[in-house]
Amino acid sequence: MLTNQRFINVLIPIISVILGLLAGAIIMLSFGYNPIEGYGALYEGAFGNSYFTGETIVKVAPLILSGIAVAFAFRTGLFNIGVEGQVFVGWLASVWVGISFEAPMIIHLPLAILSAGVAGALWGFVPGFLKAKFGVHEVIVSIMMNYIALHTCNALIRNVLTDRLDSTEPVADSASLSSQLFYEWTGSRLHWGAVVALALAFVMWFILEKTTKGYELRSVGFNQNASNYAGMNVNRNIVYSFLISGSFAGIAGAMQGLGTYGNMFVQSSFTNIGFDGIAVALLGGNTALGSVFGAFLFGTLKNGAGSMPLVANIPKELVDIIVALIIFFVASGYIIRWALTRVKREGK
Amino acid sequence: MDYVIEMLNIRKEFPGIVANDNINLQVEKGEIHALLGENGAGKSTLMNVLFGLYQPEKGEIRVNGKPVKITNPNIANDLGIGMVHQHFMLVDTFSVTENIILGSEPKKSGTVDIKKAEAEVQEISERYGLKVDPTAKIKDISVGMQQRVEILKTLYRGADILILDEPTAVLTPQEIHELIDIMRTLIKEGKSIILITHKLKEIMEVCDRCTVIRKGQGIGTVDVKETSTTELASLMVGREVSFRTEKTPAHPKEEILKISDLRVKDARGAEMVKGLHLDVKAGEIVGIAGVDGNGQSELIEAIAGLRKVESGSILLNKETITHFTPRKVTESGVAHIPQDRHKFGLVLDFPIGENMVLQNYYQKPYSSMGILNYKEIYKQANKLIEEYDVRTPSEHTPARALSGGNQQKAIIGREVDRSPDLLIAAQPTRGLDVGAIEFIHKKLIEERDKGKAVLLLSFELEEILNVSDRIAIMFDGQIVANVKPEDTTEQELGLLMAGSQVEKKAGES
Ligand SMILES: Nc1ncnc2c1ncn2[C@@H]1O[C@H](COP(=O)(O)OP(=O)(O)OP(=O)(O)O)[C@@H](O)[C@H]1O
Ligand SMILES: [Mg+2]
Repeated sequence: MLTNQRFINVLIPIISVILGLLAGAIIMLSFGYNPIEGYGALYEGAFGNSYFTGETIVKVAPLILSGIAVAFAFRTGLFNIGVEGQVFVGWLASVWVGISFEAPMIIHLPLAILSAGVAGALWGFVPGFLKAKFGVHEVIVSIMMNYIALHTCNALIRNVLTDRLDSTEPVADSASLSSQLFYEWTGSRLHWGAVVALALAFVMWFILEKTTKGYELRSVGFNQNASNYAGMNVNRNIVYSFLISGSFAGIAGAMQGLGTYGNMFVQSSFTNIGFDGIAVALLGGNTALGSVFGAFLFGTLKNGAGSMPLVANIPKELVDIIVALIIFFVASGYIIRWALTRVKREGK
Repeated sequence: MDYVIEMLNIRKEFPGIVANDNINLQVEKGEIHALLGENGAGKSTLMNVLFGLYQPEKGEIRVNGKPVKITNPNIANDLGIGMVHQHFMLVDTFSVTENIILGSEPKKSGTVDIKKAEAEVQEISERYGLKVDPTAKIKDISVGMQQRVEILKTLYRGADILILDEPTAVLTPQEIHELIDIMRTLIKEGKSIILITHKLKEIMEVCDRCTVIRKGQGIGTVDVKETSTTELASLMVGREVSFRTEKTPAHPKEEILKISDLRVKDARGAEMVKGLHLDVKAGEIVGIAGVDGNGQSELIEAIAGLRKVESGSILLNKETITHFTPRKVTESGVAHIPQDRHKFGLVLDFPIGENMVLQNYYQKPYSSMGILNYKEIYKQANKLIEEYDVRTPSEHTPARALSGGNQQKAIIGREVDRSPDLLIAAQPTRGLDVGAIEFIHKKLIEERDKGKAVLLLSFELEEILNVSDRIAIMFDGQIVANVKPEDTTEQELGLLMAGSQVEKKAGES
């Protein structure tokens, strides 16, 4: 019976992806495009050669981290919509440490990543603290913190890190995640960030499932009254949750600053890494492993979809609809779960 | 015979357990039909099948003689079946009327016609003698009121057959009387009722017939006029059950708990505990008797560290614990079986096993250096499940999936097993079957005999009289009298609880 349940858990995402692809195909057909060509282009764009594969992984890495950041807070009953801002400050902090000095890599790189985590955690601390202390809803504070992050980072880049320039100098080699080896293999920007992201997904799973702190955080997420009754400090756990969630988000920023771009530049709007993290976490059922798969799907679709207009001549707007449809179907996996248990029952 | 409901050969399985196995239930028109069985016997499950929440694997349901398929509660509603669940399903922040009409709101040009709804609610509530304030918010009204709202909800939807799942478990004796009157009115108005209860006296008092199930299997239906509580109990448990709790006289020793001049406010800022004095000694069970709402909950929450103490002191083993956090109270040697098991007692979405270490997960052997040791956690869980007869498919089952009574047994096991210096038991046997009650009472007495102090809060005078060594009567935020159970009667207690003779008794103690 347990294996049966597990089987359903694996089956559902697969069925949802297939249904999503079918729905996308119908859209393409009804607008007179060839779905085989369309999906061919999508696949080519995502995994067609080592360059595309590399670029896809580059997209996936920060999404894993923003996904687990959202998922972690969610498990504690909190909605961290401020991941976007935490990514920004993490990005800036990592680049700042990366360009300010040179040191042996074994010190410099971890320090740069760590500072990104600390920056994200500090940014997360604000909504967490205000919620715990004054009961201010975390969503409102998080959203405001996103804007503060965006504009503060831009101002710092222009006025402090550079002299009125739009981008910082590249980080020192000793703080860089990028890899000459990967570049020679793939020609893409592929860097070591994916490894860091996977390691941290493991860390998230470990904290939640294996530690006493994780036990408390999950308990607070499910039932604050019972947690209080059991002697847990609910408010302190809310702050902890935001600190940990924020540090994951901050390190997502380090992926960009130390890996993908190797610097930071003035941005006119949000990166969407944080907002996509919400979808990734939901796709993954707020678990670590689920978020990894969710990020993988998201990154693949985003990267692969870029080729569809070029190769199959499908208008960009239509591509967006198709991608949205696939994600929609995956997200509504619970409908399929319902149908499956239904069928099983009738079959008996 | 005219049956309004017939459930024939119903079978319902859950992963790892057969909850209903070939059960038959036939309800006549205009009767109150009792459904009796141990905790986890499958009563709620059977009713959820009838209400369309679960689909049976096998069996047939007939309503007024016609075979029907009830695949969801809307169909049940259309067939005139209404259900009041064991754990209420109300929206706290909504008003009484809003809760009643939720899902079938009267509309006026696209908006909800709340005035019309309020008038209708008023009308139904008067017709059946179910007094409620249609504009009050659910979170501000008593449990008894909330239950009336649940009943009104079903009547508003036109129910003719009412399922009441353990309605009296959460009520005070006074409220139970009112509910019984309401049920009689409903029958007069042509309704039929299926009543689940563990209180055999209630069955004897109001029911016409009684169907007994044991471990998922139908044992049969008996005519209440031709049976007795002893027969019902043995039918249900499958062995003889004793109703009187055997115990030796207490030998109270040193003072464990000493409360002086305690003042506590409730959530809305009204003073509920008003300069209370109370002590409990090692080796004695002190029962607090009182009408609900006289500050009992606030008193217990204050001792447990869950509610702020305004003034006064609480001493445990001569050390002050007045302003301790719940964690420090627990560590000082207090265990607490909370009144509201879903709100405080359990994390329903955790496996039942993880719930068994809710207070000591951070201690050895359940964890070391911040890493949980699941092997030890589940070892402890299995021990408690075994010892306290918690019926669950496995220790990994979410607490939510356990029957109400088994959730309660799990909490009691967890708290008693820590063998604290002071055990606070607030309505510990709420929702338990007679066999389980007997067992829990034995456990409380065992703790006492080990030299622990036990503070028992119960609205059941019988329980107070049976188990306590000393009864403290609480009225209007104070202990107004201390009496010995052997020197008093239910009548006298009732009077004291209502506040009469306060002067005389308080002077005596
Ligand atoms: N949703 C569920 N999933 C899995 N098992 C369940 C579920 N609901 C009930 N069960 C199991 O079915 C059995 C019967 O439960 P049910 O709630 O019907 O008991 P009950 O007779 O109402 O007991 P109580 O008097 O304690 O309320 C129990 O063993 C319980 O663990
Ligand atoms: Mg039940």
